[in-house]
Amino acid sequence: MNKKELYASEIPCSANPITYNEQLCIGCNRCAVSCQSDVLVPSVEKGRHPIVMYPGECIYCGSCVMDCPVPGAIHLEHPLMNRTKFVPVKPKP
Amino acid sequence: MSQYKWPYENEIGLEEHLECDVLVLGGGLAGTFAAIAAARRGKSVILVEKGTTARAGSAGSGFDHWESACTNPGSKIKPKEMAEAYINEQDHYSNGIAHYIECREGWDRLLDIESFGGKIRDTEDEFAGADFRDEKTKLMYAYDYTNRYTLRVWGTGYKPALYNECKRLGVKILDRTEATSLLTRKEGSQIIGVGACCMDVHTGKFYTISARATILAMSRPARVWLFNPDLPGLCEFRPLNSIGSGHAMGYRAGMEFTMMEKSVRGEFSAAGRSYPPYSTGNNHNTWYGATMVDARGVEVPYLDRDGNELKTVRERFHPAPGQKFFLKGGVIDEPKYEYRGPETMSWPELAKRGYKLPLYADLSRMPEMERKAIWGMMVGNEGRTKIPVLQYYTEKGFDPEKHMMQSYGTGWQSANFLGQERQLFGAPGGVITDWNLMTNIQGIFAAGDQLYAMDCGGAASATGYYAGRKAAQYAGDHELYPYSKEQASEEKERLLAPLTNQGSMGWKELNFAISKCMQNYCAEIKCEELLKEGLDLLNTFSRDYVPQLHCENPHDLMRTHEVLDILEVSKMILEACRMRKSSSAPLCFQRSDYPEMDPQEDRKFITIRQVDGKAVRGEMPHDYYGDVEKMYEKYNQDYINGEAKQYYE
Repeated sequence: MNKKELYASEIPCSANPITYNEQLCIGCNRCAVSCQSDVLVPSVEKGRHPIVMYPGECIYCGSCVMDCPVPGAIHLEHPLMNRTKFVPVKPKP
Repeated sequence: MSQYKWPYENEIGLEEHLECDVLVLGGGLAGTFAAIAAARRGKSVILVEKGTTARAGSAGSGFDHWESACTNPGSKIKPKEMAEAYINEQDHYSNGIAHYIECREGWDRLLDIESFGGKIRDTEDEFAGADFRDEKTKLMYAYDYTNRYTLRVWGTGYKPALYNECKRLGVKILDRTEATSLLTRKEGSQIIGVGACCMDVHTGKFYTISARATILAMSRPARVWLFNPDLPGLCEFRPLNSIGSGHAMGYRAGMEFTMMEKSVRGEFSAAGRSYPPYSTGNNHNTWYGATMVDARGVEVPYLDRDGNELKTVRERFHPAPGQKFFLKGGVIDEPKYEYRGPETMSWPELAKRGYKLPLYADLSRMPEMERKAIWGMMVGNEGRTKIPVLQYYTEKGFDPEKHMMQSYGTGWQSANFLGQERQLFGAPGGVITDWNLMTNIQGIFAAGDQLYAMDCGGAASATGYYAGRKAAQYAGDHELYPYSKEQASEEKERLLAPLTNQGSMGWKELNFAISKCMQNYCAEIKCEELLKEGLDLLNTFSRDYVPQLHCENPHDLMRTHEVLDILEVSKMILEACRMRKSSSAPLCFQRSDYPEMDPQEDRKFITIRQVDGKAVRGEMPHDYYGDVEKMYEKYNQDYINGEAKQYYE
């Protein structure tokens, strides 16, 4: 078979599950390894954070954050429609 | 939309052949334990995982309780008693073999995990003095504190520990490699497994692997009824990768399944329909025993099985007077009277009494130890809770002493689903095996969610290890057979076709169409005509639209292969539904054309397998596996008199 050129495109979705703190991220790609959905693709620029190629495929498991060596370098955010509501406790009536 | 050159090596078209004694397909709890068991027996083992083994599988990001570890030092329930309770509770639509293995060997596997560095005890004495903690062993129990057969565990570290142990034992791990088909040969009418085909989902490289024995340890099917093309990662409870490829490749190879007609109304996770699992206030599973209040702050009463209101939080964790033990856990929903534990008053009764929605979980009203056990330990170690729930909501300001979490729907499901929004959940269908966990295909074993009527991580671990040692034994007695080059090249062609064909349909369009088809033709109430129409439509998809599937790289190719597997499994489900010509309460199976519920003559397992492209029906009596204890002991003298002893010294 002739070798077909392979491409990947960032597939946008309505959510933005993973954001990186550029100052903190050391570009080690541990998160890309941890991600079971393979949402993250290593950046071609060495030392930069991975590209969030398939944000819609994120399962919000937090493995990327758990396995990240730098606390705070990755932020996981639920879609707005998926944020559970909590309220102050009510006194016993 | 930015386009990038594919960052991984391009190995499309390349092939590699590997050989081993035991091949494990799937790197979750079951798969890693299977690999460990076989490697401990000196076998060469290859483990194939579509994601990365250190976090792969349903328990990859964690799990919080280990069910039915009946041989742990605190348990007051014997394995046979617990396994038979499950069988009885599920009206015999239960996997007696797997449940007994879970009850008998689950504790052994937990001790294994501890020896690999996993935390199974409250070694820091964080919960010293709690009702649910044993002061001597520092083990922590869940649900029934009298009988102590289910443990609370710190599961976020377990998969990395299992991965490291596999590596230490020399298991060859192929991560980012999808298993796509079984290689088989025939001797007369007997099908025999000889290995599998796989594809690297980063590079596209094609593998053939020859093995003396193969273990299928992949997930139950998903994304059959529930799909959302915008947020496919949120369609289902299990991880996106877990879609039932083992079921699909097994069915294609002639493997026998049962209970595939069972599906339940959605319970967890569907994009837009629900909230992050375990983030909502509820009183089930991880949150069991939580104090629930209504919109006014009035506490929702917990009742014992006789309807008596419980006065204290403590009583929620002990059996009723005269009751030996109660069942709680992942698959236990509304148990029979004999096993029914404390439960909050039902919503219809609450509504009659003037309770107002929404309900909330108010942990501030609970004793400190119970509060910390739910919010901090269980929520914090259960899969997908440490970061997305515990850390996330803490950062948003949630304080369990000051705030309460809202409940959606009226119970624990975290949403209200419609009847046609279905899932394979609550001990669903899967592979049926003998006492060696060997399938009808000789040399192919099954474990974990691959088996029918499975549930939790303890069961996956125990059956994984068990299948691993049986496969190792089989591998010792059998030759490596050459695989069919024709089978392999057909598979390679099938796998790579979407990269080169001229179509323009993406995997999401087909998945969306399948789920809509299943919602239309295989909904809550089924009938022959609808099921046949559904099959007709799915066959149209196979014939007219599968050849149009197109993608640009191995990642999309992997997702495309998944949808082909979903299509295969959907057809199996429709055929299995056609085979049961009555309705059944325990199978959540309703037919308008055969409304009679559970007639005596249909109280049995109906099995399905594919022969020459046709679905073939079979039957097994409910008690085909015999007396669980006697049969286990018959098949496992080597383990009982050897390896098992070290766990009980």
